[in-house]
Amino acid sequence: MLHIKYVEANGTEYLVETDAGFNAMEVAVKNGIPGIDGDCGGAAACATCHVYVDPGWIEKTGKAAEGLEQSMLEFAEDVQDNSRLACQIKLDDALDGLVLKLPEKQH
Amino acid sequence: MTALASATAAATEAESLPLDRIDVSRAELFERNVEGEYFARLRREDPVHYCAESAYGPYWSITTYKDIMAVDTNHQVFSSDAGLGGILIDDNIQKSGGGGIDLPNFIGMDPPQHDEQRKAVSPIVAPANLAKLEGTIRERVGRVLDGLPVGEEFDWVPAVSIELTTQMLATLFDFPFEDRRKLTRWSDVTVAEPGSGIIDSWEQRNSELMECANYFQRLWNERVNSDPGSDLISMLAHSPATRNMTAENYLGNVVLLIVGGNDTTRNSMTGGVLALHQNPAEFAKLKANPTLIDSMVPEIIRWQTPLSHMRRTAVADAELGGKTIRKGDKVVMWYVSGNRDDTAIDRPEAFIIDRERPRQHLSFGFGIHRCVGNRLAEMQLKILWEEILKRFSRIEVTGDPVRVRSNFVRGYASLPVRLHA
Repeated sequence: MLHIKYVEANGTEYLVETDAGFNAMEVAVKNGIPGIDGDCGGAAACATCHVYVDPGWIEKTGKAAEGLEQSMLEFAEDVQDNSRLACQIKLDDALDGLVLKLPEKQH
Repeated sequence: MTALASATAAATEAESLPLDRIDVSRAELFERNVEGEYFARLRREDPVHYCAESAYGPYWSITTYKDIMAVDTNHQVFSSDAGLGGILIDDNIQKSGGGGIDLPNFIGMDPPQHDEQRKAVSPIVAPANLAKLEGTIRERVGRVLDGLPVGEEFDWVPAVSIELTTQMLATLFDFPFEDRRKLTRWSDVTVAEPGSGIIDSWEQRNSELMECANYFQRLWNERVNSDPGSDLISMLAHSPATRNMTAENYLGNVVLLIVGGNDTTRNSMTGGVLALHQNPAEFAKLKANPTLIDSMVPEIIRWQTPLSHMRRTAVADAELGGKTIRKGDKVVMWYVSGNRDDTAIDRPEAFIIDRERPRQHLSFGFGIHRCVGNRLAEMQLKILWEEILKRFSRIEVTGDPVRVRSNFVRGYASLPVRLHA
């Protein structure tokens, strides 16, 4: 069991609990976090689960992977160095306490 | 033959034809609204299907949700390059040599050029700009709906669907408003083949596209000499990625944006009326709870699937569904079939306005070529339905729709309706 914190652009925080093995998009959708759509179901193919990884955590999650994740982020809004697609962040116990910030809107 | 008899005959034919003779590219199947029977059989018996002979030469049909996703997200192997034939089953729509003319544009390119050109225009449909457009769209929708006759039969397609999408396009291009129906015509002509009922010959199509090119060249010349503006032509004329593009690349991008913003939303506007008429229980749900518009809009887009397919060309050998696709082969992703795949979508034939994950559909494509205007399309449909519910108790469909004869645009030439106060 681990905890993930999602923070909306307006500062609203959501602390959710999940088993390991899911990805950060699935957990957000399951918990009804607003602003994570996940239209493609987790294939890194729509970029509607764009998040900013809290700088303190980026080493553990890693940066956006080369290939489709980086390609799709090319077309997202306000992309930063710590931008990831939540569906590509696989949650395990090492990520207990992870903080993910949401952009204003998904495009 | 009655509609029912025709549908039964089609079902029988779809079931009895030898598999190797099934050719789902025949446009008349879509015009008769019987393509679904053929795709159902392919999904069941031969989901990655090779058709050796067709009007477009040999091609592969990809028919399941999962396989379509696999092709759409693998742009390294499945190329969109217009020089290889582009993104439509008919090579001639984007490429010269067989009757058509070269229309290079960013949907018909691979990275990195695709990325640069797409990024030149995508800000116009970014969330911040959409918020600015919302008021204008709502006001125009209101004006169009207020001008409709109540209690009399009329054709919904030109009166509402074409009018609203054309107005929107004129705004995005900052195109002379009084000439906006030219955009509708150029949209239709761009994706038309001779015999479709829209054009009689390639020569006719090419000459109408040249008129389009000349018209837009004038607009380019005006905009390039003015300060950068927020319309699409100005964005293309001033962006470092596109300001030096060739005249044919400019025309290619113009027609891409016209078709992308026109046929798709137009036919979803009409499709929604038909879907709600055919599903009165869903309409009752909507009336009882108008906030369901949010989930109904993506459901309309799935149910309608206004573009039936996108095509790729394999640039390396690839395995898919136990078949070997060879380098150079033409590969057609039938979104219209994937959106009816019951291994991916619960009760896919049904129109259900409160699905749990309504946005999980293929109509916008996935991967780097995913529809750039998807959020604008959703916003236009949302506003349309909000304003319809404020004004009318019901839209009655009073006759059969006339469908377009096309294996690409899945839409309507007309839909007779009567509004109830």
